[in-house]
This record gives sequence, structure tokens and C-alpha cells, in this order.
Amino acid sequence: MCDTCGCNVTDGNRHLVEAGGRLARTEDGRAAVTVLQDLLTENDHQAAHNRMHFDARGILALNLMSSPGGGKTALLEATIDALDDAGRIVVIEGDLETENDAERIRAKGVQAVQIATGSACHLDAHMVHEALHRLELDGVEIVFIENVGNLVCPASFDLGQHANVTLLSVPEGDDKPAKYPVMFRAADVVLLTKADLLPVLDDFDPARAEAALRAVGSTAPLLHVASRKNPALQGWLDWLEDSLAAQRARLAEGSTGCAPVRSAHDAHHHHEHPHVDRHRHVHHHATDEAT
Amino acid sequence: MARRRRVLSDAAVHELSICQALVRQLRGISTQHGGGEVALVKLRIGPLSGIESAQLEQAFPLAAAGTPAARAVLEIITAPVRIHCVDCGTETATAPNRLLCGCCGSLRTRLLSGDEMLLESVELELAMPAAAIA
Repeated sequence: MCDTCGCNVTDGNRHLVEAGGRLARTEDGRAAVTVLQDLLTENDHQAAHNRMHFDARGILALNLMSSPGGGKTALLEATIDALDDAGRIVVIEGDLETENDAERIRAKGVQAVQIATGSACHLDAHMVHEALHRLELDGVEIVFIENVGNLVCPASFDLGQHANVTLLSVPEGDDKPAKYPVMFRAADVVLLTKADLLPVLDDFDPARAEAALRAVGSTAPLLHVASRKNPALQGWLDWLEDSLAAQRARLAEGSTGCAPVRSAHDAHHHHEHPHVDRHRHVHHHATDEAT
Repeated sequence: MARRRRVLSDAAVHELSICQALVRQLRGISTQHGGGEVALVKLRIGPLSGIESAQLEQAFPLAAAGTPAARAVLEIITAPVRIHCVDCGTETATAPNRLLCGCCGSLRTRLLSGDEMLLESVELELAMPAAAIA
């Protein structure tokens, strides 16, 4: 990815560049420049920088994505209650307007920064970087980044997170993964939220939701979660503890600034979909990186 | 006025921020190569990148206005979604929401193409006439 040394020129594309020298001429006398750069290069640089920030402090960063009203903030509230150690967690909230979500998190005694994106439909790595500088990170183990409620745009922007958590709430319907393949393909874990509504909304078939998820080539675990009256979070809390342990193990190996869990932006990097040991997902990538 | 507002709101999704990043890349490329105007921009976009080509085309002039890319033609090549099956080795062209092997149905597949969002190449008007360089 650099224009100085020519390392973006590979055996596959060298002929394009060398046809008439570095500045090959077109027939009508223009200079033709082969670039082969990702459109989100800027964002991805910043995301890598954020990830190094997290790793240097031994923090696990998770990017929460769902539709508006999918239950992200309620999940965080319930998770904070369950972990019962407000100092371990900070939250970055993304919304178009208002401080409402950050206030809900602060009411639990947890540090939260609200990013008001204005009209932007997603968070990007630069916004997250700014937010990080407004947080006290000593003693923090987990940074939750609650993305703007949207099943489309957030999937395209790497924030520096170690894993993507995608929420599918029961009232939304079981065919969401088929409708939003980019989002669900990016997920490292999918949480079926508001699962306590399944008896009422009986047209939602969890097996159909899982089939739709598998059809987009995802092997991410699909975990049932209820955040309200009688919270049922065990699968999610287990996943969280496993991911924390995996992150600690990865850092102990001395691996930092690893590739994002989702590496789809690098068009030349072909990645395997299957992750045999799902619960060691973060670690799994770290191992890939180390070899 | 009403029309302008509609165009802006149509483009006010992530394609606009992507175009802004693209225009910054184009500015840099133009500067590196003598400051010529950008005449042609070739992109390769896959359906699994999450970018809509039509939205990109709409947002590009807004992002490029007043830059060396203001008059550039945007050429977008759509990359097909192709997968390779780890189990049976078959290569299949498929739909973005069906990444299962077309032959054996396995979900152990590797994406060969379809998630690209690549700036492939750029053509610049030479800042000076060719004769003056030679």
C-alpha cells in the first residue's frame, strides 16, 4: 500500500505499470497511473492505529452493530450489571443526535462518550480515535463501540475493533441475514436479542435465522439473549470471557496491531470462512498472524 | 433547489464519505504526477463491499467539485461474487447472500472475488503539452 517503493506492484499487475514505464501513456496522450489501492485506505490506517492503542493497553475492543432499536444499549446495560465491575468497561456511543444512550450507560457508573455523527450513518476509525482520547483507559479491559443503528454502512468501516458483534432482534424477522449479507458476513458472533419474545412472535423461527446466516458463509455462533426483565445472557457472557482470555493470550505472545477480524477490505487477501474453534475466534486470527 | 436537496440526501450515506476519501487519494496522485487534471478514474467494486455503484456515481461530483478530479469520468467495474469450495474444490459464481458451494452445498467456502472496493487506476491530463516535455 505505498506509492514510494512500488510494493503495490505485484507479478499480477506489473505488466500494467511497465507497459510504457511508470507513467504509461494512453492513446490520447494522458498519463495512466496504476494505483490498486483500497478506497478506505485512510480509514484502515487509522483503524490499525486504534487497534495498536487497544493492544498496548491490553484492551479488547468490540464493535456492536444492529438495526436501530435492535437492543444494543439494553444489552450493554444488562452486560454491565452482570459483570458487576464498572471500572472494567468503557462505552463509545454512536448516534446521529442526542446524548441519550451515553446517559443510560453513565447511569450505570460506566464511562461513556457520545459521538453525534450528524448525518453520517456509521462510525469511522477517526471518530473512534477522537473518542478514545476523551476516555480514561487505565484499568479498562473492554471497550464497547456501539455503532450507529444501521445494518448497511457500519459493516464497511474498520474501527480498530477485535471482533464484530451483530445483533438480530426477534421482532425484525428471521430473514435479516439474507437481506443484509454484508453485515452478517462481517459478524464474529450474532446475538439473537429479545429472545424472550419468541413465544409471542412465533413467526420467527430461530432455525430459519440460522440457515440464513449459514447461507452467507458465516460460521459465527448464534446466541440467544434477553436483556430486559429476566436477563438471559449466559452464552454471550461466556463468549465475552473467552474473547478476553484469547486477547490476553494473543498479547502475551507479543502479537500486537493484528489484522482486523474482518479483512474484506484487502481485495488480495483471500480469507477462509470457516473458523473451526468458534470460541477462540480472536485467538485464531492471532495465530494466523503469528505464523 | 428542491432537486439539489434531493440529490444531496440521496448521497448522504457512506458512499459520500467514501467519495471524499477517494478524492483525497486522487488529489495526492495528481500532485505526485505534476498536478494534472484527473480525466478518468477506474474503480473495481464487489457487491459484498457494501458500496452501491449508483450511489457512488451520484456522490462523486459532490465530493470532487473544486478539486483536480472535478471533471473526471468515473468508470466502475462490478466484480462478480465468486467462491471456492474448500471441501470439493469447485469454483462457483453466486449471489451475495448465498455463499454456499454451488456443487456440494458446503458452507466451507473461500471468497475469491466480490468484496473489492479498489481504486485500480487513474488517467491524468498531462499538466504540460507532451511536446514541451519531449
